[in-house]
Amino acid sequence: MRDQFIQRLMLMAEQNPKIMLITGDLGFGVLDDYRRRFPDQFINAGVSEQNMTGLATGLAMEGHVVFTYSIANFVFMRCLEQIRNDAAYHDCNVNVVCVGGGFSYGALGISHHATEDLAIMRSLPDVTVVCPCDDWEAREATDAVARTSGVSYLRLDKSSAGDTQQPGEIFQLGTIRTLREGHDLTLVACGGIVEEVLRAAGELDRAGIQCRVLSVHTLKPLDSAALESAALETGGIVTIEEHTVHGGLGGAVAESLLDGNVRPQRFLRIGLRDGFSSIVGSQVYLRKHYRMDSAAITAAVQEMLAGKVSETRAA
Amino acid sequence: MDTKELAKRIRLHAVKMTSRGRSSHVGAALSMADIIAVLYGSAMRVDSANPVWSLRDRFILSKGHAGAAVYAALAETGFFPVQKLETHYQNGSQLSGHVSHKGIPGVEFSTGSLGHGLPVGTGMAKAGKLHHASHRVFVLLSDGECDEGSNWEPILFAGHHQLDNLVAIVDYNKIQSLAPVAETLALEPFADKWRSFGWAVVEVAGHDHTQLVDVFAKVPAEKGKPTCIIAHTIKGKGVSFMENSVLWHYRTASGQELTDALQELEDAA
Repeated sequence: MRDQFIQRLMLMAEQNPKIMLITGDLGFGVLDDYRRRFPDQFINAGVSEQNMTGLATGLAMEGHVVFTYSIANFVFMRCLEQIRNDAAYHDCNVNVVCVGGGFSYGALGISHHATEDLAIMRSLPDVTVVCPCDDWEAREATDAVARTSGVSYLRLDKSSAGDTQQPGEIFQLGTIRTLREGHDLTLVACGGIVEEVLRAAGELDRAGIQCRVLSVHTLKPLDSAALESAALETGGIVTIEEHTVHGGLGGAVAESLLDGNVRPQRFLRIGLRDGFSSIVGSQVYLRKHYRMDSAAITAAVQEMLAGKVSETRAA
Repeated sequence: MDTKELAKRIRLHAVKMTSRGRSSHVGAALSMADIIAVLYGSAMRVDSANPVWSLRDRFILSKGHAGAAVYAALAETGFFPVQKLETHYQNGSQLSGHVSHKGIPGVEFSTGSLGHGLPVGTGMAKAGKLHHASHRVFVLLSDGECDEGSNWEPILFAGHHQLDNLVAIVDYNKIQSLAPVAETLALEPFADKWRSFGWAVVEVAGHDHTQLVDVFAKVPAEKGKPTCIIAHTIKGKGVSFMENSVLWHYRTASGQELTDALQELEDAA
C-alpha cells in the first residue's frame, strides 16, 4: 500500500503544485523518486513529529494540501495534540499517513504496533478516518483525502487483500464496499486483515455458510445504512480488526447499529483484547497468535452459529 | 492612536476583562501589552478592513493564555467592536480565555496549549519562502513556554532552513506559573541557546516603545537567519501591586484591587 500511496501522490503532485509531503525522517528508498521529482513539494522535518505536524498546519493555512508521513504510531500519537488543536481545529487540509497499521511492523516491538490508532483518531472532531484493505483502496483513498477538507487519517497496511475492485467500480469515501455476498452472516472488516476475512469467508462457504464481507475503508464518517442492511438481512455481524476492540471498528459498528435501533441477531468483535503484545512475530504470526487469522475467524463464526461462546470472545 | 495610548487601553481592557470573567493570567497580559501595541499599532502590516488580506504580516500568540491583550488590541485597532470585549469569558461568547480564531476577525491562530505556535509559524514562514512572499510571521512566546520541547524542534528547523521571514518574540518576564523561571528550569544563557540554533538574537527592553519600533523595523536582524527578539519585561507591568508577582499569574482583581489597578493605569503617562 505504501508504494501505491507514493505512486499516486506523485501523479497528484504533478498536477497540483500545492501538494506537499512532509516526512518525519522516514521512508528510506520509498520517497526517493518523489523527492527527486518534486523538491519544492517535499520537506524532511527530521525526527520531530510535533514540528512536522505544526509545519503541516502552517503550510495548509497558506493554501497547501499537506501529507505528513511516518510509520505506525509516530505520525499521530506523539503529535496528537498538534493534530487536534492545530490542524483539525483550524480546518486544515492535513492528511496524516500512518505507514504500517496494526502488526505490519510486528517484530519491531510494541512501539511499532499501531493498534489503538483507529479508536484515537475517530474520537477527534472533524477528522476523517480511512483504513484501506488493498492497493486499489489505498490509491483511491490518497486522492480522496486530498480532495476532502480538514484533517484525514490514512492508515496503510503492509498486507493487502489483493485486488478487490469490481469492474467499473468507483471509490467513494464514507461508503462501505461489499466484497462478497451472503446471507448467513456478515463479516465486517477494515485494513489489510480483510485478506484473512476473505479467506475465512471462502472456507466457511465450503462448509455451507455464506458470509457477506464488507470493507469499511472509511471508519469516519461511517456508512450506517450498509451496516443496518447487513444486520437486518443476515444472521449477525462479526467485526474483524487488527486493532484493539476498544473503540475501534467493532465499537463503531456497535454504536452505529444501536444508535439506529437495529439489533443484529448475533454480534461478535474479533480484535485485540487488553494487554500489550511483547511477543516477537511477523504480522502473519501475530494474527494467528491473537486469533484473528482466517482459521480463527472461521472457527469463531462456526462456534457462534452453533450457539457456543466463542473462545475469541472469552479471551 | 499612538502605540503608547494603545498599550494603555490594552492594559485597561485586560484588567477589566479578566476581572469581569474572573479569569486568570492578567499578569501575563500586562507583561506583553507594549509588544502587542507596537506590533498592531506600528510594526505589522495588517488591514482591519480585510483581516485575511494575503499580504498581511502573520501574528501568532503562542502564549494563548494572555489572549485578552490580543482581543483588546484587535478591538482597539478596528477589527471588531470594542463592546465585544465585554463578552470575554462569558457564557455563550466566542472570546475564550485562551485565544481563539473562530468568529473573531484578526486572530490568525488559536492557541492555549503551550509550545504550539512556533511550529505553525515556522510552517507559515516556510510557505512564505516557497511563495516568494514579502510578509513576515511573528510568533510571541512566553518564557515558561520555552520549557516545551516542541519549541526547540522548529527552532532547529527554522535555523537550518534560514527562514529570515520568521520572528520569535519571547516575553521574558522571568516568572512562570508557580515560581521564577530561574528556579523552575533556568533558560540562561538564553540568547546563546537561540544563536547556537542558527538564529539572530536581539535583546530589547520590552516596555520601551522606541526600542521595540526600532527592532521590528530591522527584521530580519541578519539576512538568512530567523530573528529572535528577547524582550525583557515585567510581569504585571503597569499595576504596581501586580508587578513581578507570581500571585498575579492566576489571581483576578476585584473590589478595591480592581479600582486601584484601573486608577493606576488611567493615571499613567
